[in-house]
Amino acid sequence: MFLNICLYLLVLSNFLLLGTARVVQMTKYTALQGFLLAALLFHSGHTVLTLAVLVIKGLVLPGLLWRTEHRMPAESLICPHRLVALDVIAGMAGLAFAFWLDARLGSDLTHNLFPKLFLPLGLTTLFCGLILIIGRVKAITQVIGYLAAENGIFLLGMPLMTQGTTWFELALLLDVFVAVFVMGIAINRISDSFASMDVDRFRSLRD
Amino acid sequence: MTMPLFLAALAIYAASGLCVLVPALLNYRKQSAHLANLLGLLGTLAGSLTGLCALILAPAGTESFQAPFGLPFGSFALSLDGLSRIFLFPVFGLGLLCAVQGYTSLRHERPSQHNLGAHWLFYLLLLLGLCLVLTARDIVLFLVSWEIMSLAPFFLIDFNDGDSRVRDASWVYLVAAHLGAVALLAFFVLFWQLTGHTAWQAGTALSLSETSRNLLFLLALVGFGAKAGLAPMHIWLPEAHPAAPSHVSALLSGAMINAGLYGIIRTVSLLADHARPPEWWGWLILAAGLGTALMGMLKALAQSNVKRLLAYSSVENMGIMTMGLGCALIGQSLGHGWMALAGLCACLLHMLNHACFKGLLFMAAGEVLHATGTVNMAQLGGLAKKMPVLAVCFATGAAAIACLPPFNGFAGELTLALSLLDGSSLATTERQMLLLLHFAGLCAISGLALALYAKAFGMVFLGQARSGFAENVQTQSWHSLWPLILLALGCLLLGLLASPVFSQIATSVTGLFPLENLTGFARAKASIGRSLMLTGLIAGLVILAVGAVMLLRKKMLHKRGIRFMPTWACGYQGGNSRIQYTDASFTEPLARLLGPLMGLKVSQSQDKGLFPRSAQLLVKAPERLRRAVYGPLFAGIESVCNALKIFQHGKIHLYILYILVTVIGLLIWGLMSN
Repeated sequence: MFLNICLYLLVLSNFLLLGTARVVQMTKYTALQGFLLAALLFHSGHTVLTLAVLVIKGLVLPGLLWRTEHRMPAESLICPHRLVALDVIAGMAGLAFAFWLDARLGSDLTHNLFPKLFLPLGLTTLFCGLILIIGRVKAITQVIGYLAAENGIFLLGMPLMTQGTTWFELALLLDVFVAVFVMGIAINRISDSFASMDVDRFRSLRD
Repeated sequence: MTMPLFLAALAIYAASGLCVLVPALLNYRKQSAHLANLLGLLGTLAGSLTGLCALILAPAGTESFQAPFGLPFGSFALSLDGLSRIFLFPVFGLGLLCAVQGYTSLRHERPSQHNLGAHWLFYLLLLLGLCLVLTARDIVLFLVSWEIMSLAPFFLIDFNDGDSRVRDASWVYLVAAHLGAVALLAFFVLFWQLTGHTAWQAGTALSLSETSRNLLFLLALVGFGAKAGLAPMHIWLPEAHPAAPSHVSALLSGAMINAGLYGIIRTVSLLADHARPPEWWGWLILAAGLGTALMGMLKALAQSNVKRLLAYSSVENMGIMTMGLGCALIGQSLGHGWMALAGLCACLLHMLNHACFKGLLFMAAGEVLHATGTVNMAQLGGLAKKMPVLAVCFATGAAAIACLPPFNGFAGELTLALSLLDGSSLATTERQMLLLLHFAGLCAISGLALALYAKAFGMVFLGQARSGFAENVQTQSWHSLWPLILLALGCLLLGLLASPVFSQIATSVTGLFPLENLTGFARAKASIGRSLMLTGLIAGLVILAVGAVMLLRKKMLHKRGIRFMPTWACGYQGGNSRIQYTDASFTEPLARLLGPLMGLKVSQSQDKGLFPRSAQLLVKAPERLRRAVYGPLFAGIESVCNALKIFQHGKIHLYILYILVTVIGLLIWGLMSN
């Protein structure tokens, strides 16, 4: 029951992420996802890891994002509204595709390794993160999308943790990478120019 | 036991390459340029002499070498057999002589303009690549060596990179080389897939079906033919050879393009292993050879740049060698030992001869360029009086390439003619007629070659100087010409000793093709050897007689007053250099006759009236193939590639979309197909 509620909330947070155009709101949903992942870990009995995930995914990374956002001009924290609906539809397609994939992959893999719903919902989170990266053109939303995608990978890796901690260590490395990513934006004093800049402007860098 | 010596030669090339890398990376200074020049020369000398020792100590026999390769597939397998040894002779020999000539000519280059260290590095790499290509017995190693061998000339040709035409020529070379490499890649991948292993040795292709053999043959013909300069893939030769420094042109023309021929022979021998090749292979190669030779010859006739003329002449000679191979295949498939043996030996004999005289001619052209500053025939003339030794060398090369006995060109083409003449013993009239036609073609080519080289030698060395270039010659002492003198002697010796060389080649190649079981093989070997012996003997006697007459003349003229007059002084009042034939007027009758066939253009303009004040005659050979076929082809490819740039728009998030779409597509595909 607890597991199902957590997974339901995770899917909800994914669609909330996709459905909002405000970066500050998106940061809050990212923190929510971190808490949910920690709760899932607690449920499967990894107490130490729960604390680590809670601190990194629930507090440190959203906190860093939060700090960065406060230094940015207000207009750069709103994404274009016209893309939001499209993103939600794409997220739904991702959800459907994830369930189709789960069915196609066969019962032995999913039932022996993954608890019910773990695989499709992990994939959905991953897809939603990628859709955020693709659909939003602000630099900071790229980071948030990356974070969401990474949460999906973490969810997929969680059942594998019983067979060794390698997956978890890799996931932590990804988290550290995100931290460096965010600090790269925030600390290197490029926040003003970089944050207000659309990723579209990177085009001039091609060739 | 010559494999260690051969490996030592390879090691010396590689080590010298590393040595010249040091001055190549240093700043451009006079000392580092001198050092590079000296190191490069010494490395090439040591390596080539070691290699030549390996070849001379055991001209026949097969030796193999295997070493760990470090790649998950393929192996470092080398083998020296008869065919490899024959093809290695020009590599080591010309490599050595061209290096000496290159050393003397590069000494005068300004170190600020050219990185001599890099030049020598690529020269050594070219030699190393050639040696590996000719001995590799593994297709992965072969392709790697082929790529080394194909890339190094790009940098060698691009030596005078300040000139935009030189840059253009080197790009043309690079594109042509890689288009050939594409066909070769397809060929080798297919070969690998069909046979299941990467060995490039006899017995590997036994299990192949008829269709796959034919496909492999065609791919190899295109891939190797591009390197050999078979028409219509020859267009890089007339661009690259004039642009390259002369010692590089000599090496490329005398040794590198042979690698294409080697590839074709090796492929055919593997694919037709212990079986008779389909007859059409032979006819295709024969016809391609004749077409290439005729086209090269007619284009060469219209050139006024000596080096460009020599380049087209290389195309023509490659055609003649290919004709020999075609004869060999027809003979083998129909069971005619005479035709097969004579054809194959003619091919290889002419290859050796061509390396000798084409190397000589290119080096002589380089000396002309160095002395006068131009190789344009319209501005030269009368050099024989100022540079007699060079003139004698060039004349020897020209006589040899025009197949005049006593020189070596005659021996090779005589063998080919003997092979073609055996066509009268073939089964049907069609075959007899076709071979006879090819024989007529060969005769026409030989005749035209005489006209071509009469023109080349006459315009450059005889008559009077046509411009200030030819008048103000910087004469060098003849000591710097000794690579040329050696090659000229080689032309003479190969002509006199054609019979032993023929028997050696015949012994070497019989292991490669199962010729011994064919009817008439023994008779062919004995009687062709005898004919060549006879021609050599007569040639020797003629040389002795000519020598005697010259001695007699000298003796009779001794202590008599000899007056030297300008050329054309007899019978002309106030004659000057403008009354001489020009290169265009020399070619005009032939160009009018054969022009429509090969796209030569004759344009003549003169004032009307009885005493025209001015007149002009031009014979041009426009590069129709490049302009009408390759130009539009590459322009089309470029526009398609440009159209694909809409996918490369620089939007990073859409690039991620591509990845996502690809991954999801692959997932769906993989799951649906299960």
